Amino acid sequence: MAHDTPTVTRTSAQHEYYKQNNKATMQKQVVNFAIMIFLTLVAFSLVGAGFSANLVLPIILLMAGVQVVLQLYSFMHMEEKTAHEIGVVTMFMWTGMFFAFLMILAFVTIIWWNL
Amino acid sequence: MDYNTKFTPQTWPEHAEQATLEGKNKFVGFWLFLACEIVLFASLFATYLALKNKGPAGMEFTTQELYELPLAFGMTMILLTSSLTSVYAMYHMKNYNFKGVQLWMFITVLLGASFLALEVYEFNHYVGLGFTFGSSAFASAFYTLVGTHGFHVSVGLVWITALILRNAKRGLSLYNAPKYFVASLYWHFIDVVWVFIFTVVYLMGVVG
Repeated sequence: MAHDTPTVTRTSAQHEYYKQNNKATMQKQVVNFAIMIFLTLVAFSLVGAGFSANLVLPIILLMAGVQVVLQLYSFMHMEEKTAHEIGVVTMFMWTGMFFAFLMILAFVTIIWWNL
Repeated sequence: MDYNTKFTPQTWPEHAEQATLEGKNKFVGFWLFLACEIVLFASLFATYLALKNKGPAGMEFTTQELYELPLAFGMTMILLTSSLTSVYAMYHMKNYNFKGVQLWMFITVLLGASFLALEVYEFNHYVGLGFTFGSSAFASAFYTLVGTHGFHVSVGLVWITALILRNAKRGLSLYNAPKYFVASLYWHFIDVVWVFIFTVVYLMGVVG
């Protein structure tokens, strides 16, 4: 079938390289995980420390955004350009996020204007 | 290459989850489902933000009286860690180590179950205080948003447990590789939603 991938046997040198490559990717994931934990800690301690809302809100929202991009591109492998139809996937995901932003903006402003 | 092909670690394809036509379709189809889930959760977040701390005159509870940061922090750490453990499962899948996949998926389920237990405790605690689904517009919006996320967690738990049990004696193949991969995508998505829940609901609730 045209869609099928042919079976390829890696030589032992290729296989060593393959395994090392996987390991390196995994180590990168652990570093990204550490960054996510760090951002979470900072967010919770900023709020726990009781700084003013105008200072804390933009920072924690920005950090949530960074965390989500890390999840999507690193843990969920959206960065892999060779994945099947990754362009369609990327377009749908960002369109979804655009509509999410629009919906939240609409709901929130309707309520605020009526106060 | 098809479902019945027998593999060794040397012949196992790098992207086993996308090696068959069905795997490719599942991969794209599932991402499109997740894009739709973004819109579903966006509507619940929008409703929550619009109705936060609003309700009938004399309503008792507001976000600042209700939420407790230590509990939200614990739940966040558990769910974040469970996201990493499912990355470990996918790492072992690449290396054709089926035991590794099963073990790390099982750890993911355990962490997910403890997250869910904490959420049940939290809801139960709130109901005990008198903050029920019908208390106020704020209460309904809160329970619907966080509850829908909790429902997704339960679905994920049942799904991954079923995968682990059903494939226990099969070993890794091109038949189940896409199934495990897609389940781990779903699990990461649950974590993505939770990142916004702990920020928008709990942290912003405590800040006021």
